Amino acid sequence: MEPVAPPTLDERDVILTPPPPVRRILVDREPNVVPPGPGRPNGAAPSTPSTLTATRRPDASPGPKIERMRADDVSIAYGDKEAVSDVTVPVRQGEVLALIGPSGCGKTTLLRSFNRLVEITPTASRTGVISLDGEDVDSMEVTALRRRVSMVFQQPNPFPMSVFDNVAYALREQGSRRPGKEELIDPVADALERAGLWDEVGDTLDHPALRLSGGQQQRLCIARALAARPEVLLLDEPCSALDPRSTQVIEELILRLRDEVAVVIVTHNMQQALRIADHVGFMYLGELVEYGPADQVFGAPREIRTREYVGGAFG
Amino acid sequence: MLGAVACLVLVLIAGMVIFVFAKAWPSFAHNGLAWFGSGGDVDLQFEDIYNSPANPDEYVYELRAWPLLWGTFLITAGAVAIGLTFALFAAIFIVEFAPAQVNRILEPVVRLLAAVPSVVYGLIGILVLVPFVADHLLSQERKESVNYVVQLDGSGLMVGILILTVMITPIMVAIVVDALRAVPRSWIEGASALGANRWRVMWTIAVRTARPAIVAAAVLATARALGEAIMLSMVAGSASFAPNPLDGLTFFFEPTRPLASALVENVEGLTVVPLGQTLYAFAAILLVTSMALSLGGWAAKQPMRKYGVRP
Amino acid sequence: MSAAATAIATSPRDSVENWPLLDRVGYYAAWTAGVALIVVAATIVIYLAIKGAQYFDLGMFTESPTADIDQSKSGGFKDPLLGTILLTVMATAIAAPIGVAIAVWLTEYGRPAWLARAVESGIEVVAGTPSIVLAIFGLLVFQQQALGFLSFEAEGNAVFGRSFIAAATMMSLIALPLVVGGTREALHAIPGHVREASYALGKTKAATIRRVLLPAARPGIGTGTALGMGRVAGDTAIVIVLLGATLQIQRGSDGLFGLFRGTGSTMTSYVFFNSPAGEGNAPEKAYLAAFVLLIVVMILNFAITRIARGRQVSWSR
Repeated sequence: MEPVAPPTLDERDVILTPPPPVRRILVDREPNVVPPGPGRPNGAAPSTPSTLTATRRPDASPGPKIERMRADDVSIAYGDKEAVSDVTVPVRQGEVLALIGPSGCGKTTLLRSFNRLVEITPTASRTGVISLDGEDVDSMEVTALRRRVSMVFQQPNPFPMSVFDNVAYALREQGSRRPGKEELIDPVADALERAGLWDEVGDTLDHPALRLSGGQQQRLCIARALAARPEVLLLDEPCSALDPRSTQVIEELILRLRDEVAVVIVTHNMQQALRIADHVGFMYLGELVEYGPADQVFGAPREIRTREYVGGAFG
Repeated sequence: MLGAVACLVLVLIAGMVIFVFAKAWPSFAHNGLAWFGSGGDVDLQFEDIYNSPANPDEYVYELRAWPLLWGTFLITAGAVAIGLTFALFAAIFIVEFAPAQVNRILEPVVRLLAAVPSVVYGLIGILVLVPFVADHLLSQERKESVNYVVQLDGSGLMVGILILTVMITPIMVAIVVDALRAVPRSWIEGASALGANRWRVMWTIAVRTARPAIVAAAVLATARALGEAIMLSMVAGSASFAPNPLDGLTFFFEPTRPLASALVENVEGLTVVPLGQTLYAFAAILLVTSMALSLGGWAAKQPMRKYGVRP
Repeated sequence: MSAAATAIATSPRDSVENWPLLDRVGYYAAWTAGVALIVVAATIVIYLAIKGAQYFDLGMFTESPTADIDQSKSGGFKDPLLGTILLTVMATAIAAPIGVAIAVWLTEYGRPAWLARAVESGIEVVAGTPSIVLAIFGLLVFQQQALGFLSFEAEGNAVFGRSFIAAATMMSLIALPLVVGGTREALHAIPGHVREASYALGKTKAATIRRVLLPAARPGIGTGTALGMGRVAGDTAIVIVLLGATLQIQRGSDGLFGLFRGTGSTMTSYVFFNSPAGEGNAPEKAYLAAFVLLIVVMILNFAITRIARGRQVSWSR
């Protein structure tokens, strides 16, 4: 059987062939999600609490989405070993892009190339073009790029400083003039508010960040990433080290954020991708096997490999 | 049985402290607290002690050791301050900015500098630097201006601090490099991902985390500097003089004699009882200070244990 | 958007020119510090090499120094060279077994815990003690009547207290912390399952240490010992105080023990003696001797790196 070529960008919205009736576990609207915990995190204005549990996720606001970032034919290799081959994928504001796939498929490497973090590894090399708002990221100062494209890591990694200093870090270290504390209070409070952490730490901003719980630390890292008002937010399996309760809080947070920033999230948890993604890219052994709206990739996948992964045949 | 061997170390230290202090006691007893004060020419006092009559009741113990203590302080503090700054920047260079080929040269270089014997440093100092200072940096007027008090011959505070800095910097570089490398990678990556440039990441995250090790390095370097007798006796000056900061630039050329050097230079006179006891008094002070510093350095390194840096 | 296929191998790091002023100052300061270290080391080595070559004389290695205050006439440094070698060997022979024993006790036994911590800090204290203080203390010890057999006994029952064995014993204290450190690191690096495997085969703890752990730790022990030897070879204070300051080796009595009881000098005291700080009449000889010392130290350093590099034993199969 001939492998189906991945669709080009123009055909994205057209489903070419009717899907075979393979196990459609994920199509039905049954709640396959974590039920809400006893109390809601205080202060976080819940966007649509009830719909979150009943349906997959609230639909993104309608209308054409601006394309913020784009990878074109990107290939990344560590020495001789190729980690990502010929990936083309857009990142749009107002929606969440989820990269899914089994371990070692290259999704984290692709994510880290968006903010040129791959360069830190000495043996890494990359071909292809990554652009931010049309500008080639290689032609920018890497520090300027990282101000606009922020990242949150898998393990929460708050610095050994106070909560305030953590959130203010990006604002302090990105410019030549060191802003005074009074100037920083507003952006810090705003970032903590958007991350849903203000009510929990608003009084204790000078306490060491390492004393927070795991979920709080990760939200702190998100606040830290948001403080400088980035345009794109990259999340590398942000909930994999957290308990379900914190996971839910962070997922709601991501949904709230998606209108202001373009969100790319790497996750190996398909249910999570189902819950929050608008577009999904499935990667396998370095290739972008399938890309499309979440409904289509999960409900009516075109590739055999996608079908098998989504159906749980391997992982 | 192995435990007994291990305990020998503690027995040895206890023995050292007890016996050295026992021998040193008469010198302290005779002078009281004035031992640490100033008054008179220390070199002349040494002579008097050396020439004291053979009768134990007539032993001369008079000593005002302030010039020696002040000289020790100046040289040690100067060398540690300059050396620590140097070592910090050199360590940052090694860990972050040096190209790989440069590091391949630099790391053996640091080890080599740490291993050069102190007498070799002293030889270069006394045969090259001291004459250079005497001929090119010391003007005739300057020499004459203090002629009535002390001779300026090139050996003095400046050369002493300079060479001592070169001697202790490699030790500090090694300790700080280990500590900077032990900083968790996740913090370095997180800070880079937030848009901080490489210098900022080093300075605000790595150096801040490695602070305990920097303190430990300074403490250990101080202990080493205090105990340096041979090199300093060759280059730091030929008189037990207390350099006077109020002398302006001349301050840097004035000779001085730190405690350890005074010990080494008078060691032939050990057979004369009162001089011997005075020298043991010096040894006692050096022993106590180095013990305090070693223990302090060991304690300061303990917080870095959680990053896997072996104290 | 054209898909440019140009390979971008490790894109250029962020350019320093755009950094804020203070950051640039820090960057250049770091470069200066690193380069300065290399320059200083190169200057020392090159200068000594030039002077050493200038005054090179093969006869220096084979002639004994003349028993004369004024060294500039004739005489080489054969005796001081032998003195350095003898002293280093003796001090290492004392320090190595004791150091390994202490390190083994600290890592493999170490009970009660407060005692282990005390011994650990004790080793640090010994490491930090100035060598001149160790020398003075050594004099105190070896001048006791009971230890008179270890050096000369002069008329009137005054014990001289200065001999090779006196100096070597105190020198071993300088090497001891380095041996302990190297051995401990090596033992720590051996993972627990190796010990467990040995016990599971029925071996006692002592046998495990002797047959399994110590052989595996040999590179680390070697590194520590070589470091110790380097420090011993370079020390001057103990030599001046405890070796009797005779230019030629004088035996105290016959045979090997007579040599140990005797006095002599080493390359370090020879350099000191011939510099303006000593009698000062032969700077050429001092330069050559200093150069030889430097070569010895560099060789030892090189040996250390070689031993350390061979230490990459992989424990997981």
